[in-house]
Amino acid sequence: MTLLLFLAILDGLAYAAQVFMVAVGLTLIFGVLRILNVAHGSFFAIGGYVAATLGTWAAATAAAPVLALPVLLLAAVMVGGVLGPAIERLVLARIYTKEHVLQLLVTFALFMILEDVQKLVWGVQPIFQDGPVRALGQVEVGDIIYTAYQLYLLPGVALATLFGLMWFLRRTLTGRVIVAVTEDREAATAMGIDANRVYLLTFTVGTVLAALGGALASPTTSLVPGVGVNMIVLSFAVVATAGLGQIEGAMLTALLIGLGRSVAVYFAPEFEVVIPYIIMVAVLLIRPHGLFGRPELRRV
Amino acid sequence: MTAPLLSARGLKIAFGGVKAADGIDLDIAPGEFVAIIGPNGAGKTTFINMTTGYLRPHSGHIHFDGAEITGRPPRSIVRRGIARSFQIPQLFTEHTVIENVALKVAAHGRFWRPFRPLLDAGTAAAAMRLLEQFGLAGVATARATELNEGTRKLTDIAMAMALRPRLLLMDEPTSGVASAEKFGIMDTLVAALRAERVTAVFVEHDMEVVERYADRVAVWSQGKILASGPPAAVLSDPAVLREVIGVETGHAHA
Amino acid sequence: MDRRLTLPTLAAATTVVALAIAAPWLKFVFTVALAKGLAVLGILLLLRAGQVSFGHALYIAVGAYTVAFLRPAIGEVLLLLPLAATAGTIVGFAVGLFVARYRDIFFGMLNLAFSMVFYSLLEKLYAYTKGTDGIRVPRPTIGGVTLDPVAYEWAVLVGTLALALTLGWLVSRFLASPLGQALPAIKTRETRLEFAGISAKRVLLVAYVASAALAGLGGGIIACTTLHVTPLLSYWTHSGELVFIAILGGAGSVLGPFLGAAVYELVRVYAAAAFPDAWQMILGAVLLVIILFAARGLWGMYEDLVLRKDRRA
Repeated sequence: MTLLLFLAILDGLAYAAQVFMVAVGLTLIFGVLRILNVAHGSFFAIGGYVAATLGTWAAATAAAPVLALPVLLLAAVMVGGVLGPAIERLVLARIYTKEHVLQLLVTFALFMILEDVQKLVWGVQPIFQDGPVRALGQVEVGDIIYTAYQLYLLPGVALATLFGLMWFLRRTLTGRVIVAVTEDREAATAMGIDANRVYLLTFTVGTVLAALGGALASPTTSLVPGVGVNMIVLSFAVVATAGLGQIEGAMLTALLIGLGRSVAVYFAPEFEVVIPYIIMVAVLLIRPHGLFGRPELRRV
Repeated sequence: MTAPLLSARGLKIAFGGVKAADGIDLDIAPGEFVAIIGPNGAGKTTFINMTTGYLRPHSGHIHFDGAEITGRPPRSIVRRGIARSFQIPQLFTEHTVIENVALKVAAHGRFWRPFRPLLDAGTAAAAMRLLEQFGLAGVATARATELNEGTRKLTDIAMAMALRPRLLLMDEPTSGVASAEKFGIMDTLVAALRAERVTAVFVEHDMEVVERYADRVAVWSQGKILASGPPAAVLSDPAVLREVIGVETGHAHA
Repeated sequence: MDRRLTLPTLAAATTVVALAIAAPWLKFVFTVALAKGLAVLGILLLLRAGQVSFGHALYIAVGAYTVAFLRPAIGEVLLLLPLAATAGTIVGFAVGLFVARYRDIFFGMLNLAFSMVFYSLLEKLYAYTKGTDGIRVPRPTIGGVTLDPVAYEWAVLVGTLALALTLGWLVSRFLASPLGQALPAIKTRETRLEFAGISAKRVLLVAYVASAALAGLGGGIIACTTLHVTPLLSYWTHSGELVFIAILGGAGSVLGPFLGAAVYELVRVYAAAAFPDAWQMILGAVLLVIILFAARGLWGMYEDLVLRKDRRA
């Protein structure tokens, strides 16, 4: 029982780290662009698929163990660097001034397209790689033998992302500009800030993060059709529970939901998928704008 | 004196250190037509917002017809008989003028009948009667977005009247209106209020309008009621002149 | 009802029956199309309020599984369909109490979340639902009469057509009522409703429950037509399909959903089989094109054509 719970906690931490990578980009993009990108989960899935493909290729080379980890980052940068700017410039840039409902429909249409891109390129059979996990080996935690990859690397990357983003947004000039646009788009534009560049940059960063989340997940889960949709609803649950646009809050709720889910996996597997939403609905019933969200001021 | 229709006692509210209301006491008697004047940003609109439930005063009480309404939600206050109009008219931009007014007529009466047309005979007639009263019959089928500012203001007020209020609160009924039109609007408005026996309070910057139409003037300055009384007396009070009118005449004729 | 709609409605109904006589396999296609059209009619109500649900397949599945679960006890279509609509109404009310507090992003995504939870429950609670195998629904009686397959298909098609006409007419009445006319106010600035003493949340809840009831009924009809229900009915792709049909048909008229559904189902019969792995992609691309270039959908195009003709005449 205790052993199972301990295992559940370790799994939960690793899982929370993956979810956070997707959720943080979703919430960052929403904070700046005011668009909730329904296709965000697809970036996770495609990042995973590309990482698995590159990883399988790398594993066949002589330098296999050395390449295993860099390949994950490479996959994320490739996916985010191509899809992010392309989608932002070609599609989103056309709809910033349109009604909310149309913005949602457009990203939903992108989602439909990207889900099938995965099927066309990678088929419907599960895809899996284990190079990165083997590269880091295993560690003993008490009585449990656990992979160093899940114990150290995943939470480490998530924390580095969180602190890196906070440092970037607070301490760098570009970060301050992004925050300025978030807080008052019109005033920032009036000051000579090029909002379009801020949107492009933010969307690309968010895309890279989601793809990195997928790349990091590729050695621990099998990639199958439907990974993207599960991830978008789950990461939405995380950002909604935290409050849309709340970056630090997303880390906390990712932990809450990640742990809740993995405890369910061990103790009530039928409800694995339900737990995150029970947490979300419970929080939203008490705090309609999320744990850390603020209601937008009502203008009379 | 009869019991006041609206009675505010000790209202206080502040926004980031600015005391918009700092102990406001104000009574409105049935049948009165009261103007609230004061410098820009003094808190006059805040009074309307507190009375209609959009802002909750930090302290103090508001009674309407003897019952406490402080902090009640806007919907419940509307149901009790307080309606308001806006400095920027809040029209349903997707609809025509008569539909706008009819929606409010229906809102007051038979809103939850899902299969009866909005413009059924009864509602359409009631809406048309209001439009005629406000001289708007000619624009009944115009879209709300096609109107000039004066007509929009009157439509907004006609919509508030469609809720059959006992007290109407108006936020600058003549602001943004061409000065040639403002007396026409006020004549129409006052006639309608008289005909329907509606008590009304209006926030106003234009001293000509205040002098000509108000029964009583309350001067709002630095979160307090500086003076209250008949226009002739209040508007010649040196303290009021210094505090309010000195700034205001320039603004009103700008 | 708008008199301009009478002629196209009658023409469309006649076309459906005529085509079904000419090509018997179309009976099935049209029945499913009309059933989905009913659900899309509900999506249209929400679109009027500027809201889009990415989870309405949930209510289709609720209606369909209601039929599947009750079929052993109740063998009568005339009882099963009202029960399916009732189940949709009840679930819609329970979920609606929660989601009607939200707008835009939250509204869309919370609906998606609820439908995905329902999907996974249908899949995992094998003891009750037989998981992905689904449940077979033996052909029920209609009005107490056991019909042979062809007569049954005809009866369900004609019945569904009648329901579509009746409910389409009722929805168009609803849209003209004060309640229906208040929906666009939610889209732009709902505080205007509060100024009138009307709860915007309650207005949206009414529309939401109506949409759930319509989808529940549609789901019931689908179960009575396909005679087999699976969890896939509640999968997000089907919710997306409903939204797609609504936009394709156009939100401007109650005929839009049925026009959209008929075109969609006819194309799907051929195209989905030819491109099984690219079907969502094609839908997504078409959806993008419609939103960016023809926001009023097929009905909007029809209106443009007819109006232009009128002007020329």
